[in-house]
Amino acid sequence: MSVRIGKAAEAPPFQEAARHALEDSQLRHNMRHATHVIRNKRNNIVGELPDWEQLRAAASATKAHLMRYLDLYLEQFESNVIKAGGHVHWANDADEARQIIRQLVEQHGSKEVIKVKTMTSEEIELNPELAAHGIAAYETDLAELIIQLGEDFSSHFVVPALHINHLQIRQIFKRKMPLAQMGLPDLGEKPPELAEAARRYLREKFLRVKVGVSGANFAVAETGSLVVVESEGNGRMCLTLPDVLISVVGIEKVVPTFQDLEVFFNMLARSATGERMSPYVSVWTAVNASDGPKEFHVVLLDNGRTRVLADEEGRQALHCIRCAACLNACPVYGRTGGHAYGAVYPGPIGAILMPQLQAMEHSQSLPYASSLCGACYEACPVKINIPEVLIHLRSELVQGKQSNVSALSREKLGMKMMSRVFQSEWLLRRAHKLARLGQGPFQDDGVVSSMPGLRAWTRGRDLPAIPKQSFREWWREREKKK
Amino acid sequence: MPVCGQVLGSDDPTTGRPITMLVSLFIGCYNDLLFPNTGKAVVKVLERLGHTVEFRSAQTCCGQMHYNTGYIRESQPLLHRFVRTFRGAEVVCAPSSSCVAMVRDHYPKLAREMNDPRLVEEVDQLVPRVYEFAEFLVKKLGVEDVGAYCPHRVTYHPACHSLRGLKLGDIPYRLLQRVRSLQLIDLPEKEECCGFGGTFSVKNADTSQAMLADKVRTILDTQAELCVATDNSCLMHIFGALHRGRTGVRTAHIAEVLASTEGEPFA
Repeated sequence: MSVRIGKAAEAPPFQEAARHALEDSQLRHNMRHATHVIRNKRNNIVGELPDWEQLRAAASATKAHLMRYLDLYLEQFESNVIKAGGHVHWANDADEARQIIRQLVEQHGSKEVIKVKTMTSEEIELNPELAAHGIAAYETDLAELIIQLGEDFSSHFVVPALHINHLQIRQIFKRKMPLAQMGLPDLGEKPPELAEAARRYLREKFLRVKVGVSGANFAVAETGSLVVVESEGNGRMCLTLPDVLISVVGIEKVVPTFQDLEVFFNMLARSATGERMSPYVSVWTAVNASDGPKEFHVVLLDNGRTRVLADEEGRQALHCIRCAACLNACPVYGRTGGHAYGAVYPGPIGAILMPQLQAMEHSQSLPYASSLCGACYEACPVKINIPEVLIHLRSELVQGKQSNVSALSREKLGMKMMSRVFQSEWLLRRAHKLARLGQGPFQDDGVVSSMPGLRAWTRGRDLPAIPKQSFREWWREREKKK
Repeated sequence: MPVCGQVLGSDDPTTGRPITMLVSLFIGCYNDLLFPNTGKAVVKVLERLGHTVEFRSAQTCCGQMHYNTGYIRESQPLLHRFVRTFRGAEVVCAPSSSCVAMVRDHYPKLAREMNDPRLVEEVDQLVPRVYEFAEFLVKKLGVEDVGAYCPHRVTYHPACHSLRGLKLGDIPYRLLQRVRSLQLIDLPEKEECCGFGGTFSVKNADTSQAMLADKVRTILDTQAELCVATDNSCLMHIFGALHRGRTGVRTAHIAEVLASTEGEPFA
């Protein structure tokens, strides 16, 4: 089964998309500024904790345990939600999840929903489905609102509008908000003025719309509780004001006990935004007669996750708690931005998650979108060895498990030949001679500036020429003299 | 302060005599062909410290390029060859943090995937005896001052495999700080990857070059004459842009700086 996720279905390969992104000077500036600011905040605040490495180990162990017994914890979660008066739906794929949610909205006769920032709803492309059935979905997370009004795509899963700056945001608001009606005819450039506009625009929707849609950061098996972590309080309003709440949650989000949250709460905000704790942590267990929504549904989403779980090496990608620390640390993401990945989950974690969740042409370029510098692994609070999984996925591609072999055949031949040469000293000496001979016409004064077959390198960079004598030749000569 | 030419190796605490070792070199395939001066410099430094150096000519490549690009099957015979070649070696020293990271981080796992218990055992015995050159000097030999002289303004780029892979920390700095007449300038944003990444540099050439452009900018900001690292692969990449831009800044492996003396200066 091939699961097509989001706009990835039509996205060009990473290297092509990256080429265009790299030429966008505004994007380059915004990305550099934003990733450096968050990264520095994260480093300072993580540095405060002397037991950070122990926390990482604990979080990693919890997640590994969870993956092993995921079926049991999910069943426990389900029964506890039902016990508390909620409804549980299981969705095999995006299509099922979309239909479940749309039908629930329609059952309540609502033509509108308000949304807490949720990556899973983007993963299943919920908004276009609702729109096709005449239901308007309003994003209430400030950055998601900016993205929605700007008809743009998220480029980061903690800070979706990371790629645009406040001046660009003002332009979007001026274009899309009824500012005069809202009593803000002369919208200024300062962030507090922009925040005020968003506040007035959203407040009216919070009070009117009867159905809320959310995701969740964690689902606690022992209590059947869901947890949303956010910075603005807009999420809290979506979770408490509507009559009906529908939460769409990936099956990997479950944690065994309430106690386990201690470790994750300690790490998530520090890793995500460089804060000691998140300004808003909302925890709810189905419905409560005295307050909040009267009806609660949780849609548990697979959408390729059990297939990832079956791969012992690749499954650590499911440990992700979506802090995006790897994105902020990644030198590739920091230059290309998130759109080049053509994926709901961009950056290093996206590069290991997307190709596993979906088997398709485009995402095959993602495991190569990394120099394997290791900054992502170092930043990851749950110790996902992203470089290791990238190599694993590359090997699957090479072995043709996920790809058409022909695209790789020239490279394959070269790699096989080199491996053969390296298995014989005699062959290696011959290969050295041949290489030296081959570079002859292209080298000038010890440097190769252009060479067929090496254009991808020499288009922008020189290469040192092969010297007259290799190390092994020098050594041989030296031993003879002795 | 020790004088150039003096044996600067560490002493055995019980006998008080200098420890001499038989050091087996692993040069690495690209150093062998493209950067023979690095290997020569390693020999020079180790012999200056009183050690005996051997080069087992059956050695070829650690298999990193194959492994990292996903050609795991093609890297397996190279692991086999490495283990065979260095069987019985007292210590193996390699002037490449990425080759050593391949051996240390990936060989144990790779050997286990090859379903050969004897090979696993051999790998587990060999891996702790394989050292990166700078690490070997400081951690194994306990030497920081190798009697070098290098009258240049130098900046040090911590290669990703030395920084996050081998976690060399301040080891290279401690060695460079003891080089006479060398002016060491701190490289801004030094922990950023230069964008080489093996086949990444050609598969994603544009992104690779964007990363390189920033690395070169920070190098030029230091006004250094020389950019030094523990890995010629990163240095080859950095050289590529420094030379293309005719910046006049050169690159050198740390071994070449440590081999430099007043009598035979780095040139």
